[in-house]
Order: sequence, then C-alpha cells, then structure tokens
Amino acid sequence: MLDRREFVRVLLADRGDLLVVTGLGSATYDAAAADDHPLNFYLWGAMGGTAMIGLGLALARPDRRVAVITGDGDFLMGLGSLATIGVKQPKNLAMVILDNAHYGETGMQASATHSGIDPVAMALACRFKQARQVSRIEEAGEVRALLHSGEGPLLVNARIKSEDTPRVLPLRDGHAIKERFIAALK
Amino acid sequence: MHSPTHSEVSRSELSWPDAIYAQFRRVSIRQVGYVPDAGHSRLIKLCQDDPNIADVVLTTEEEGVGLVAGAALGGQRAALLMQSSGVGNCINMFSLLRNCGFGCVVLVTMRGEFGEFNPWQVPMGSITEDVLKLSGFLTYRIDNASDVDDIVGAGCDMAFDGNLQVGILLSQRLIGRKQWTR
Repeated sequence: MLDRREFVRVLLADRGDLLVVTGLGSATYDAAAADDHPLNFYLWGAMGGTAMIGLGLALARPDRRVAVITGDGDFLMGLGSLATIGVKQPKNLAMVILDNAHYGETGMQASATHSGIDPVAMALACRFKQARQVSRIEEAGEVRALLHSGEGPLLVNARIKSEDTPRVLPLRDGHAIKERFIAALK
Repeated sequence: MHSPTHSEVSRSELSWPDAIYAQFRRVSIRQVGYVPDAGHSRLIKLCQDDPNIADVVLTTEEEGVGLVAGAALGGQRAALLMQSSGVGNCINMFSLLRNCGFGCVVLVTMRGEFGEFNPWQVPMGSITEDVLKLSGFLTYRIDNASDVDDIVGAGCDMAFDGNLQVGILLSQRLIGRKQWTR
C-alpha cells in the first residue's frame, strides 16, 4: 500500500506544463502538499465533478497534458463520466484514483471499492486506452511517466493506506483558484 | 435605439434551433454538453455537424457543469442543452459555477407545463425556473420563436462577458407539445 503524500509528490515532481485537477478532500491536500502550483485547480466541493472538469480542459487544450487526481469517493460519485470520457477518447487525459477504500473526510466509512468494486475494470469497459492498479512506491515513477506521455484516456488506481494524513489547506476562494490557473495557462 | 441590421433581420427569420446555433457561432461556443432531448434534436445535430464544436453526450446533466468549468479553464466557452428534469440533476454541481465565477449558458427545453400529457414531468417542470434562480442563475423564458435570437444573444453576452450563469427556458409552447400518438 502506498503512502499518499509520498506517491503524489513523485507524480508531480518536475511536472513541467502538466495541468492538474484535484478532487475535494485529501486529493486536494496531497497536491497542495506536493507543490502549490498555479496550474493546480483545487476542488473543495462539486463532488463527482472532477473527471468532467478534466475532460472539458483536455478538449479545450489538446496541446497540453491533463491529470485528474482524486479519491475513490469522488470517482465513484461520477462513474457516468467514465462513459462520457470513453466516448470522446481524449488522448491527453489521465486519471489517478487515490483509493483508500474509505471516505476519509467523514469518518472513514467504507466505500464501494472496499467491497471489491474495481475502477480499473470499469475504465477498461468504458474504452479507456489503458488502466492499471498500483500499490508500490517503486511504480510511482511509471505512473508519473504515464501522466506526461501515456496515451489517454488512461486511469491508474493507486491503492493507498487508509490512514489520517495532516491536512494541507491551499486556496479556498474559487475565483482566486480559477484566475490563478487561467493566468498561468496563458 | 438602432434599427435592425440585415443580419439581425435574417436571424430572426431562422427556425428557433437555427437561431440558437447562429448565436453559438457568433460567441464562439466550442463545447456543447447535452443529454438528448427531442426538443433539442435539431440543435444537437447542428452542433454535431460543426467541426469547431466538440459535442459531448452526457450520462447525466450534472456532468455538463464540470465540462463547462473545465472548458473555461482551458480558454473555451461551453453551453449546455438539457430538458427541464435535468436542471434538478445539477443542483449541487451548480455551486462550482457560482463559487468560481464560470460563465455558463444553459438552454432548457421545458416539460411538465402547457399541455403536458405525462404527469411525471410536472413536479420538476413546475419548479425548474425557481431552482435555477435559487442556484444563482439569471433566467429568461422564451415563448415565441421571434424572441429566440435576441434573448439567447443577450444571455450569451451576459454569461461570457460577465462570468454569469444564465438559464434560458424554451417553453413548451415554443417547442410544441410532445406528440404521443406518433
């Protein structure tokens, strides 16, 4: 099982011009802890919407790589977007699920992945070009490479330890997060 | 006041879906998300046939809210097409637009009002405009085809020049009653 902070730090190392959208809760904190970069679009709500923001961005900027980093709870709430993404086949879109099989923000209740519901199989069924599961830190470098050059749409389900991690709180003002992102992308 | 230009006159003579599409072209809409609806079928076809528009068929309308936000982050304008029932599916996700100030135009074909045959459409159809208002949208209702060009144009300008959320309700009188006998 992966340490989420260590894993995300490797994913976002030397990130170049990678565009990142993070799902509410711990995924947002993990990205902020790794590097509070202006090309991070942090969500603090809109649960279930992270993947679709990634799709809109990937369609708008086919010249750039887009990484959606989110938890299993947000992913599960937006399952239909896997089909929507599968229809559009954005080559530049990658999704990383930080899967601890629990809802960490609300008291560690078990999520559907805890019962063996499989994001990798769902992504492949939705015509993602590749999907795999990782659980060892030695694999993090390969996942980082996928974010930068793997053919999308792709999904990596990262099995992480279900332990409480200190919160690292980035900007919360949605207008500021948006404007900072847009200014950095110009 | 200015007198109508030639192009405005000709736009007002278009069928209403064509008039909406002409406004999409004018304001450079590049992504259109939709859950199919019979009332929107011609507009969806026009968007699908336009190589400058990415048409995105959604599994549920709330996905479209995320699409709009992502498009805006990437510098593109997006519009959403849905039926009145779909507005209810979007409520929490609309907070994304309001929190961040993403300009958005939602074109809503109305069910559950004038001459509705199916009572299951009525509960959501009767609160659609209120739900949009409560969610922070400016709303405009269109009953006559001759108003479509003007109102959709104004709505697009407000949405994208002012980063506002605009809902345009296309009434059942405009789109016509669903023909159940066909």
